[in-house]
Amino acid sequence: MSQPSFPGSAEAASAASADSPNDLTVQDDTRAVDIPRHRSGGRGPVAPMGGGGALPPKRRFGAESVFRWFTTGAGTIVLVIIVAIAIFLIVKAVPAIKADKANFLTHFEWFPNDPTDPKFGIASLAFGTVFSSAIALVLAVPVALGIALCLSHYAHKRLANGLGFLIDLLAAVPSIVFGLWGRDYLVDPVRQLSGWLHKYFGWIPLFGSDGPYGKSILLGSLVLAIMVLPIVTSLSREVFRQTPGMNEEAALALGATKWEMIRMAVIPYGRPGLIASVMLGLGRALGETIALALTLGGGWAVGSDIIHDGGNSIAANIANGFGEANDIGRGALIASGLVLFAITLIVNMIARAIVYRRREFIGSAV
Amino acid sequence: MAKRIEAVGVTAYYGAFKAIDGISMVIEPKSVTALIGPSGCGKSTFLRSINRMHEVLPGARVEGKLTIDSQDIYARDVDVTAVRRTIGMVFQRPNPFPTMSIYDNVVAGLRLGGVRRKSLLDDACEKALRAANLWNEVHTRLNRPGAGLSGGQQQRLCIARAIAVEPQVVLMDEPCSALDPISTLAIEDLISELKNQYTIIIVTHNMQQAARVSDRTAFFSIDKTGDPGRLIEYAETAKIFTNPSVKKTEDYITGRFG
Repeated sequence: MSQPSFPGSAEAASAASADSPNDLTVQDDTRAVDIPRHRSGGRGPVAPMGGGGALPPKRRFGAESVFRWFTTGAGTIVLVIIVAIAIFLIVKAVPAIKADKANFLTHFEWFPNDPTDPKFGIASLAFGTVFSSAIALVLAVPVALGIALCLSHYAHKRLANGLGFLIDLLAAVPSIVFGLWGRDYLVDPVRQLSGWLHKYFGWIPLFGSDGPYGKSILLGSLVLAIMVLPIVTSLSREVFRQTPGMNEEAALALGATKWEMIRMAVIPYGRPGLIASVMLGLGRALGETIALALTLGGGWAVGSDIIHDGGNSIAANIANGFGEANDIGRGALIASGLVLFAITLIVNMIARAIVYRRREFIGSAV
Repeated sequence: MAKRIEAVGVTAYYGAFKAIDGISMVIEPKSVTALIGPSGCGKSTFLRSINRMHEVLPGARVEGKLTIDSQDIYARDVDVTAVRRTIGMVFQRPNPFPTMSIYDNVVAGLRLGGVRRKSLLDDACEKALRAANLWNEVHTRLNRPGAGLSGGQQQRLCIARAIAVEPQVVLMDEPCSALDPISTLAIEDLISELKNQYTIIIVTHNMQQAARVSDRTAFFSIDKTGDPGRLIEYAETAKIFTNPSVKKTEDYITGRFG
């Protein structure tokens, strides 16, 4: 008899064998021990999930470990890609920078293709990149926050959903379309606006130039602003909507108007998210290539003026110059890409530092 | 510094749903009035219509007449923010502003009212925190985040925030339901001190609490889910709990219903 016999259970066992064919009962019991029953599907007898019988051994190659390896691998790939890109950039950039007859960091002009006397420097391009992006943010962020607040706290729900959809649609327009539109249609209004700005606000250094106007930093920044708008809007709208209702009620119950409530509860609560959304917008503006290649006038001038023809950026310069560049020229452009990478890195670190500084107050909010 | 509240036929809706129907009662100054009743009977809705917080929700509206010292708070030319400044509120869950320090939380209402002078704010902050029995625990760390306090301290911070603007009436919507018994006791002690100065209306699910802290008790009830809540009985607390005149009240307080 293969049935396990425990001291004192002999009576029960013999009682069971009297009722039913003994072998069959034993078979069932053994199977219950070998197979974890909740995995046996429709076959076999169904036992409660909680078990009964001995605990099944751990599986060695279950979905659990496969998935863990998969996610770990995916995470590692990111690291590998970043390192590979960095190595590629540095390997290509170093020979070009060595061949540079000027100081790469401080020289303004960009003539790396001269076979005998390659001279190029990042100063003007880096300035143009940061300057145009900063102006784009100055133009876009107030409007974006206004739209976001309108959608999250003022507009009727149905209208807000429709408008939010339109904003998201704006984010999906390819940047070449924005660039062409800016170059062909926006350039004339900007030219007139530049003249007007110079006439009445010429004493501000930004509007000091007396022409020619048109394909200027102002045009590029306007196009950038429109491109940045949807990102900042939809992210900050989500951030504003996360404000706990009980904090909004607390402000209202203290006698706050809606705007005061937004200033007391909504904006402070969402500040880290707002900074993140602005930084993402800045990231897009810094890296934007084709729209700026089409709208900026080019050249190496550095100044506070935004309405005079001209302006350049690192990414636009790469797009415009890569096709006809020789070996050193390409290396130089890649070196400029490395600088762009560094700029965005610094911007992100500053943003994180700002968020981190308020962590005590924000952390307890969540 | 305390005012008399009179409700005449107050009916409140959430969209098409009628939440309370024809509530009429008079609340005397410098007293504690408890609103009790089963869940969904409209006590919180009635409380929120007293400082016009009900209408904050989309589609919500109030009919009938509510006066504070015979001034109609729902009159067309009344500034809703002035009503809410006069009638402070403490909520069910402690809700200090998470991004503000203890100090900033307490003086938030004063700053809204345009008080800027540091000395005035400092004095008001200390006074309100002392009145809320919180000063001794927090006075060394006023610039720390308010949300870093314990639940009971947070709720007393919210009470301090509500009374810092020196309102006439303080509404409390189940102020102890998220707190442990010791914090609850601290709040109840505070309520009996505050009633020397303010008119207090408190919604509670805890009948012992109603019996302990209130002078008068109003019992709300509904016939069945989906019906509007009605005021069943309103009398001295002692009478409600020992000798209620309505059978429904007796059933509820003895635990046979709801």
